[in-house]
Amino acid sequence: MASSQHTTTIKAGGSEKDYWKDLWLHRQLLWILSKRDISVRYKQTLLGVAWSVLRPLMTLVVMVFVFSYVAKTKGDPNVPYPLMVLSGLTIWTFFSNTFGQISSSVLINSNMVSKVYFPRLLMPLSAVAVGFVDFLISFAIFMLMTPFFDYQISWQIIYLPFFILLTFITSMGFGLFFAVLNVKFRDIGQLIPFLIQVGMYACPVGYSASLVKGTWYEKYYNLNPLVGIISGFRWCLLGENSYFNPQSLYSTAITSFAILILSLIYFRRKENTFVDYL
Amino acid sequence: MGVPVIVAEDIGKKYIIDHQKRGGSSSLRDIVTDTLDNWFSRKNDSGFAEKEEFWALKDVNFSIDQGDRIGIVGHNGAGKSTLLKILSRITEPTTGQIKIDGRIASLLEVGTGFHPELTGRENIFLNGAILGMSKNEIKQSFDAIVDFAGVEKFLDTPVKRYSSGMYVRLGFAIAAHLNPEILIVDEVLAVGDTEFQKKCLGKMRDVSESGRTLLFVSHNLTAIQALCNKSFYFEKGRLIDQGETTHIVTNYLSKVSHKMLDKHWDTIDSAPGNDQVRVKRFKLFPEYQDDLNHIDVRTPINFQFEFWNLVEGANLNLSMHLYTFTGECIFNVGTQSEPFAKGIVSGTCEIPGNFLNDGSYVVSMMIVKDTSTVLYNMEEALVFDVEDYRENVTWYGKWPGYIRPQLNFSIRQTEHVVND
Repeated sequence: MASSQHTTTIKAGGSEKDYWKDLWLHRQLLWILSKRDISVRYKQTLLGVAWSVLRPLMTLVVMVFVFSYVAKTKGDPNVPYPLMVLSGLTIWTFFSNTFGQISSSVLINSNMVSKVYFPRLLMPLSAVAVGFVDFLISFAIFMLMTPFFDYQISWQIIYLPFFILLTFITSMGFGLFFAVLNVKFRDIGQLIPFLIQVGMYACPVGYSASLVKGTWYEKYYNLNPLVGIISGFRWCLLGENSYFNPQSLYSTAITSFAILILSLIYFRRKENTFVDYL
Repeated sequence: MGVPVIVAEDIGKKYIIDHQKRGGSSSLRDIVTDTLDNWFSRKNDSGFAEKEEFWALKDVNFSIDQGDRIGIVGHNGAGKSTLLKILSRITEPTTGQIKIDGRIASLLEVGTGFHPELTGRENIFLNGAILGMSKNEIKQSFDAIVDFAGVEKFLDTPVKRYSSGMYVRLGFAIAAHLNPEILIVDEVLAVGDTEFQKKCLGKMRDVSESGRTLLFVSHNLTAIQALCNKSFYFEKGRLIDQGETTHIVTNYLSKVSHKMLDKHWDTIDSAPGNDQVRVKRFKLFPEYQDDLNHIDVRTPINFQFEFWNLVEGANLNLSMHLYTFTGECIFNVGTQSEPFAKGIVSGTCEIPGNFLNDGSYVVSMMIVKDTSTVLYNMEEALVFDVEDYRENVTWYGKWPGYIRPQLNFSIRQTEHVVND
């Protein structure tokens, strides 16, 4: 590699035709940045990695208490309510963590952005790692808990990777867009936690999407790609008892991909000017 | 030789300066209110005059051959750093294009991307990867890097516990083991102690001697003369001269040697600085001897520095550096730190007569908060020349040294040889 005839052209507008090749050449950096984020995560904390287990558990307890004992929300029939919440929470947390991390990824790495070149897309990509590790832990908790509720994981679990991928694509699509905006407008940093909080109630996390079925706003509700993703993810784990409309999958996938492509174009167009705003 | 590896055509970089805002990044609210303001006051024809175009680089053309060692000189704000940023692909030019043949590595900072919580070992891999080394390359050079930096014992300690010296050494050691075909270096030598600087210079000489191409920006003209065979001279964003280093350095020195003995700003808004402090005046008063009106080695020199303090009760002190024209620091003095009310703060300093050698000197002034945070650093705040003056000496060669103090140095006869 060292002696390769490597020619670079720098010009205004930047769009370099070798961008994707360059990204591939930097894959080791991607790996190292991801590893950095993971290993730094719980440095100098008392409980360390235990936080990854404690946080989803505590959120689960609070949500089950609020929704099923206080608000008396009903889940889908024949599905234990805690399992419904936990499955929704698992995939929602994966989305919200990665979305949040991606949105702030460029800003957090600003010291690198202003001093050295690398395909800027590496930062949002590596930001996914932490969220994914948390997701795996959360998922393991779910699997460990199902026997306590006498519940059988359904065969649809084989579709699970598809929904995980779709979540990744959606968080990337939204995240990239906000990551760019965040460089120029620091307001975004304030806005994101709020969006995530609202999003949690706008998505079927603590309740089932079947509650919305037949209402006048169902159409608009289903525009949110996460509605399909969360219901689908649940359906994979909890089977036919869990409400899921496979029809919604088309619109979900199309919306997610469209957002991702638009965001990618936006990111690529702006990435060479990041340093001027940092 | 003669194979061009970097060809730049018509490079320009434009920034839009927004005079309404002071530092920081824009917020949505600003954009919204500005837009509304402009919308409603459009007929008044005021509005947008606040925005100003600024060309940090303009019409820059050059070609660098393989194995060339290029020194880049120029004042602050001449566009040197912007050029390096464009070459290292950190930012893109507004106009023109550059073709680069070969792997390029830029060293604009030592230890880029170091994470304070990670250990020395982990940071070597992280920083190496950021600088573009492959994992195998890093593994191969790992021992050499650790050895060069001298941090064997602390490899598994988080770098936040490192002394600043160790931190810098480790950062440079990694960079020194890069093997790019083109290396770009910006002023890294400004940090670290003398021994470390020597090490860095030595390493850079190795790089240049192995036939690789080097671009080096520095205020230290001695280092540039020692390392570079060719040089570029930038002024106000334009490449105004290029050629043999000795020629360029002489040209640069003759052009910039105009003295700056008094600088002042009448209003806070036009003054350089930030939300906390703004510079009002920087003036030099020589105590001329014998009706002469030039400064020579005997002349005591007084400095007066005034600035606006905009923060009530800020703990401030001044720190002054004196440099030779070639960039070596002669001394650094600081005042006591004291709390100040809002208003004008004034500092004075005196350099006694019979202390500096003849030559050109550059003064930089820092305003420091809580003895640790640099609020504002005015580089090249003043520039002055000290002329030669000798009494009872019949030798007229250049007097060596940076300073020429009069010390109690005497000779006397201590023993007589008795004639027989």
